[in-house]
Amino acid sequence: MNTTIPPETVMLLAALLFVLGIAGVIIRKNIIFMLLSVEIMLNSAGLAFIIAGAKWAQPDGQIMFIFILAMAAAEVSIGLALILQIYHQHKSMDIDRLKEMNG
Amino acid sequence: MNNLLWLIPVLPLLGFLILSLAGKSLSKTSIALIGVGSVSLSALITILIGLNFLNDPPAAGFISQTLYTWIEIGNFKPEITFLLDPLSLVFVFVITFIGALIHVYSAGFMKGDKDYSRFFASMNLFVFSMLVLVLADNLLLLYLGWEGVGLCSYLLIGFWYENPQNGYAARKAFIMTRIGDTAMAIALFMIFSWFASLQISDILLKAPQLFQQGDTTITIIALLLLAGGIGKSAQLPLQNWLPDAMAGPSPVSALIHAATMVTAGVYLIARMNVIFELAPIAQMTVAIIGAATLLIAGFSACTQYDIKRVLAYSTISQIGYMFLALGLGAWTAAIFHFMIHAFFKALLFLAAGAIIETLHHEHNMFKMGGLKNKMPVIFWTFLIGSASLAALPLISAGFYSKDPILWYAWSAEKGNMIFWAIALLGAFITAAYTCRMVIVTFWGSSKTEIGHMPGSLMTTPLLVLAFFSVVAGFIELPHNFGHFTLFSDFLHPVLPEVTMGNETWPEWIFQLMASLATFGGIYISYQLYSKNPALILRLKQSSLATALYQFWFLGWGFDRLYDILFVKPLTYLSNINKNDIVDQIYSGISFISIKLYRLLSYTQSGSLRWYAMGLLLGAIIILTIQIVT
Repeated sequence: MNTTIPPETVMLLAALLFVLGIAGVIIRKNIIFMLLSVEIMLNSAGLAFIIAGAKWAQPDGQIMFIFILAMAAAEVSIGLALILQIYHQHKSMDIDRLKEMNG
Repeated sequence: MNNLLWLIPVLPLLGFLILSLAGKSLSKTSIALIGVGSVSLSALITILIGLNFLNDPPAAGFISQTLYTWIEIGNFKPEITFLLDPLSLVFVFVITFIGALIHVYSAGFMKGDKDYSRFFASMNLFVFSMLVLVLADNLLLLYLGWEGVGLCSYLLIGFWYENPQNGYAARKAFIMTRIGDTAMAIALFMIFSWFASLQISDILLKAPQLFQQGDTTITIIALLLLAGGIGKSAQLPLQNWLPDAMAGPSPVSALIHAATMVTAGVYLIARMNVIFELAPIAQMTVAIIGAATLLIAGFSACTQYDIKRVLAYSTISQIGYMFLALGLGAWTAAIFHFMIHAFFKALLFLAAGAIIETLHHEHNMFKMGGLKNKMPVIFWTFLIGSASLAALPLISAGFYSKDPILWYAWSAEKGNMIFWAIALLGAFITAAYTCRMVIVTFWGSSKTEIGHMPGSLMTTPLLVLAFFSVVAGFIELPHNFGHFTLFSDFLHPVLPEVTMGNETWPEWIFQLMASLATFGGIYISYQLYSKNPALILRLKQSSLATALYQFWFLGWGFDRLYDILFVKPLTYLSNINKNDIVDQIYSGISFISIKLYRLLSYTQSGSLRWYAMGLLLGAIIILTIQIVT
């Protein structure tokens, strides 16, 4: 039962996840969803590292993923804190209403 | 004695410095003392040095005194050196002596003016500049004086600056002479590039070695120098500033625009005689310009009614005679006429100024009339000056100075019959307008109330000048009677003899014809303005005569011609270019920058999702490029 998933498929999955994330960041107006989309992008990148590490039998990919994980954790905590503050001040989660520039 | 030479120009400079720095706080008496005193002292020193020069001529033929080196760059080493040779002695004498008399006169003439010190400061600066001009031993120093007199002429024409008309006249004089000055500056550059020196003695010495007779280069240099002389001396075609320059006070007209500055061109050409001898075309041009000018200005003088403008046109005309003489190679005759002209023309201007002052600033001589008995001193001195101007035979100095020019106009090698005919016609016209001026001013009925009479401060210089206007002629008598050539003998070390060429009638016939021309002119004026005034009325009815009168009155339309040729196009162009065409490029650049900035500022929307989109697009484009290439 040693079925291996071909790395191309996993890479495709990672790419799909990444595109989904980007689409989320661009399309969504709610900041929380945008933050989630960024998380998806980060995870897709992590997945790509893992599969690459597996393909060439190198531990670097997994090390990289741990870094990404740690960074994502920090990012999420800061991001959530910022979102909380924004919501307190503006009573809104709509990114388009939050812009203050008139360009 | 001779080492006092430097004091001659420095004294007026000192006067100028004191008056311009402390003039406001000085009393009128001390201003007059300083202003008149400085020039009078110069005149005194000039006379002493001149007498010394005559009694004991220096071995070298000149006295020179170096004060200091002005600039020193390699070989170029112009020094502040004053050089007194017979030619410059004549000029220095005229400038300081007549200058001193005019300063004395001005002390009386200007006494009611609020800018008393400014007047004397400018006059002193003028005398200084003019002395530098004639005493300079190199062309650079000469040019300094040349520009200095131009500046003072501008300052003094516009002396009564409250009237905008005077300021206009001053600017006109400055700009017109500037045209000539520019040509002269180019001449100096050319001289320096060919001779590697601006030392006058060097140039005169080297010129015959460097150039053949009639070389193009030397001709161009001579023509450019001539252009400089034309501008300063108000000759055709730069003559029309002088009549307008009469806007200045009368002593200024007498000193600058009759006796000295306007003859700077004559001095320059006489000084550079070797160059002109090497360029026959240029010398011929000098003669032609002189002949044309004397005639044109003469006709214009006949039609003026402002007494000072009559004198201005006659000045142009008399300088035309000097140019004619220079062009014929009759160098000493030109300088002699310069000296005599300085005496009688200064006298006429000062007398005219006294009349104008007495008649409450009335310039129109047809409103004067009947002054013969009311102002006897002015009348007699004016009459003597006029006789000299009209070249009344035998008794007036003007006859002795003008007659040789008429004689050389044909008999000299470069002369011909046309020059003589023009000069003779000019003599006839001169007599006519002079006589007209005298008759209209002094005879007939009185038309304007007389104010206070001029004081002795003003009349004494007139008497002295009148004395010289008669006596000065006797130092140079024609060849056929007397043959007394004191003046030309004195000048011959620096100026060559005239070369005689054409066989003509004996000299006495020329003198007879010149006398007849003078008497003819006087007779015509007498008929028209005294005996038969109806003749003038009849003349006025013919349209041709009035048209001609208008044409001459406006100075042959030169003002209008220049207005159409230069002033109008210039103002038109400057009107078009009001917004500065060159500037359009730069304002265009700034316009495009602003537009681009507005365009790009739309991208700075603050909309995070657009930024993300931008990032993505950028990444895709870069990746595509990476993959494709």
